[in-house]
Amino acid sequence: MASYTLKINNQLHEVEATPDMPLLWVLRDLLGLTGTKYGCGKALCGTCTVHVDGLPMRSCIVTIDGLADKSITTIEGLGDNKLHPVQKAWMEEDVPQCGYCQSGQIMSAVALLESNPNPSDEDIDAAMAGNICRCGTYVRIRRAIKKAAKLS
Amino acid sequence: MEKNNTSIYKPGRRDFLKNTALGSGAFLLGIQMSCTDRNKFLTGNPDATFAPNVYMSISGTGEVTLIAHRSEMGTGIRTSLPLIMADELEADWTKVKLEQAIGDAKYGDQNTDGSYSVRMFYPQLRKAGATARLMLEQAAANEWGVDVSECTAKNHQVHHTSGKSFGYGYLAEKAAALPVPDESQIKLKDPKDFKYITKKTSIYDLEDIVTGKAGFGMDVEIPNAKVAVIRRNPEAGAGIKSYNADAALSVPGVQKIYQMDAPGFPMGYERPLGGIVVIADHSWAAIKGRDALSIEWDRGANHDYNSADYIGDMSGLTKKNGSIKREQGQIKKALAGATQVIEQDYRIPHFSHAPMEPPCATAHFKEDGTCKIWAPVQDPQWTHRAVAGALEIEPEKVTVNVTLLGGAFGRKSKPDFVVEAALASREYGGPIKLLWTREDDIQFDFYHFSCAQHMKVGINADNKVIAWLHRSIFPPIAGTADPNGKQASTFELCMGMLDMPFDIENVSCETNEAPAKIRIGWLRSVANINHAFAVGCMIDQVAEARNMDPVDNMLDLLGPDRNIDFGSMVDGFWNYNEPIENFPWSTARFKNVINTVKEKSGWGKDLPQGRGIGFAAHRSFLTYVACAVEVEVDEGEIKIPMVHFAVDCGVAVNPERIKSQFEGGAAFGASLVLMSKITVENGAVVQDNFDNYLVARIQHAPYETEVHIIDSQEKPTGVGEPPVPPFIPALCNAIYQATGQRITELPIKLA
Ligand code: FES
Ligand code: FES
Repeated sequence: MASYTLKINNQLHEVEATPDMPLLWVLRDLLGLTGTKYGCGKALCGTCTVHVDGLPMRSCIVTIDGLADKSITTIEGLGDNKLHPVQKAWMEEDVPQCGYCQSGQIMSAVALLESNPNPSDEDIDAAMAGNICRCGTYVRIRRAIKKAAKLS
Repeated sequence: MEKNNTSIYKPGRRDFLKNTALGSGAFLLGIQMSCTDRNKFLTGNPDATFAPNVYMSISGTGEVTLIAHRSEMGTGIRTSLPLIMADELEADWTKVKLEQAIGDAKYGDQNTDGSYSVRMFYPQLRKAGATARLMLEQAAANEWGVDVSECTAKNHQVHHTSGKSFGYGYLAEKAAALPVPDESQIKLKDPKDFKYITKKTSIYDLEDIVTGKAGFGMDVEIPNAKVAVIRRNPEAGAGIKSYNADAALSVPGVQKIYQMDAPGFPMGYERPLGGIVVIADHSWAAIKGRDALSIEWDRGANHDYNSADYIGDMSGLTKKNGSIKREQGQIKKALAGATQVIEQDYRIPHFSHAPMEPPCATAHFKEDGTCKIWAPVQDPQWTHRAVAGALEIEPEKVTVNVTLLGGAFGRKSKPDFVVEAALASREYGGPIKLLWTREDDIQFDFYHFSCAQHMKVGINADNKVIAWLHRSIFPPIAGTADPNGKQASTFELCMGMLDMPFDIENVSCETNEAPAKIRIGWLRSVANINHAFAVGCMIDQVAEARNMDPVDNMLDLLGPDRNIDFGSMVDGFWNYNEPIENFPWSTARFKNVINTVKEKSGWGKDLPQGRGIGFAAHRSFLTYVACAVEVEVDEGEIKIPMVHFAVDCGVAVNPERIKSQFEGGAAFGASLVLMSKITVENGAVVQDNFDNYLVARIQHAPYETEVHIIDSQEKPTGVGEPPVPPFIPALCNAIYQATGQRITELPIKLA
């Protein structure tokens, strides 16, 4: 066990963990930030996507020992207490069905738009291929990304 | 599946006048209320509550609380059923709070399965809302000393013809004192006055979902709860010879390890599979502890089960006469006399549900002998019974709280994982959050049955279809609980096989024995998956053999408009638990969706090389669906640029969610056709995560899905499952158009 200080959503958090503990479980089980979801534990489904220094990462395979000095953003911190344009677009397009995958989808979409404000269909496929939605909301995810691109 | 015995209300003639400004109209009323009526009898005694039935209450502050008593797994039902009440109640949706019901028989049926929530509760919930509305009107009439006929409830207020009004909050206490009026006095709304039903409303949890606040089963946080995971025998149900937990116990955070007994096979739907339970401070410690276990397993009753061989055996059996479940004319003679006979075998593998949220449950068994559950379950009442039974405590001592479900597709109707949590909590002596990893989910599911089918269709010299032989063999759901359940039951065969609607003189539908060798359960649209695939692909081949357009072929085969009298053709015909008189099998409604899809999809248009469009239609769960799928095949890679659905589900209660169910149903179907497959070797499932159990991702799913909802005044029927069956053969037929390859096995392998 060691002690770590993490910067999450612009706040510092102190946690005790073994160095191999994935960020996903740190967020969910130690800090109660349950907006980030577990879906596979192996970087195969994208439900656990967060941003580490602005880049989309699968928190289920990012271990805590590499996170000192990094800035982590989760779905809870995305809009700074306002809705982020991507969240707005998501609502306008009524994207979610069960909703379980949507934190991860939104985090991936935000990262995409930050690096590519006007993504083509191929860009969207490439950026979102790692996020499974078993409910099949893909048509609307694509539409919402395009809408968010216009909103922001 | 239990009989649905609720009475059905017949809506009157629907007025087609549409108030297109309804959304903004509601908004204006809201403004008007807050500006001009601020202090005028909107609210009353804040402690008063008017609760005319179990589904709703209105407080003196004017807040309306509606009970969502069925489980939300993505269909929008948690919104749609309360909307029905809110509409009849003339409540302002922005002042409505939803409360999720615990599992309790007082709410009526809570088994959220079989696409029947709206069908079963539409009449009842309208009546519940209308009753409360009348009581509020009566309370206002009493206050004013006028006749109730002069009072009208509208948007959270009751208005008198003179212009006076009271808010619902003000009236709550007064309405609560009134007797519930007799049913004969209740007047349901004229459908033209609907404010929410048939209109667009976003789901109640939308903002919570996009901000990460929505509470799923995985997100339950109970103080001091420990996390448990279980290592189960890869041969589901088999026991343990010995185990060593020393290394596991030394993993930091692991608190306790113990053995949960294995049930053997068949074990039913609610008994845990047993195994070694690892209880730890958090999920990661539990998972690592579990990895450190060393276990010697027993071999189970199904150690010789190899799914590839088994489907071969079933397919062999389809070549023999089976037990006949539907028979008309003389099939042998007709086939012998046919000038053309088309023969085809079809196979599908096991599938796994793989909802994005794996099974999980939190249980707190307390010293006082009570047990509280928080879990994402489709059937909270069954969960309640199963937990009480497993703990051997009185049902009154169990409370089942239902969270949001992160998908389910039938998996979370079985309460086995909740029973695990309850037993682990008792054993540990504190609250337990039980987690299924994705590996657990894919390896220990209640799988969709693998299935082999054989079909032979005979055409005579006049190009008329005269013979239809269909054999379908699969291990039935019952086999998971009953060693004698070796053969598909009528209800399973009535999903797409025995309810074959074509007007053909000589018919034989047969099945045969295939004992279950693994847990079998129901997956979104159940046996319709098997049968719609085979029938829909066969019909396409029949069209080709008859040299007819596939749509014209199907319309021709349906024969004259009629309600098909399946009751006289099939012993114990199963019409999704509804009497066929109430929900007939109407060829006219079926033709209507077919014609609609034909028209909307641009059927018959020229397509470039490598593209194809396929068609299929299927009635399931009493809903009529036709589907046209366009594909583009490029060096074996399949893309689905466009899907058109036409659906007749009666009154379209929440059209926006109907559309989303069809969009999602197409993606779900794409997984089944293109990539998903569970194989079993020596009794153990081979796949274990999304790298080998493949499901559709954004690039595989249809690029566009258009849903054409038939404007209908018929009784509403479900939409969760009906999109899947016709999509499967429509996609296969499209692939045939694009590549010339007939698809007879799922998932497809292109040559
Ligand atoms: S849980 Fe991390 S990618 Fe699936
Ligand atoms: S909305 Fe259910 S998994 Fe995506």
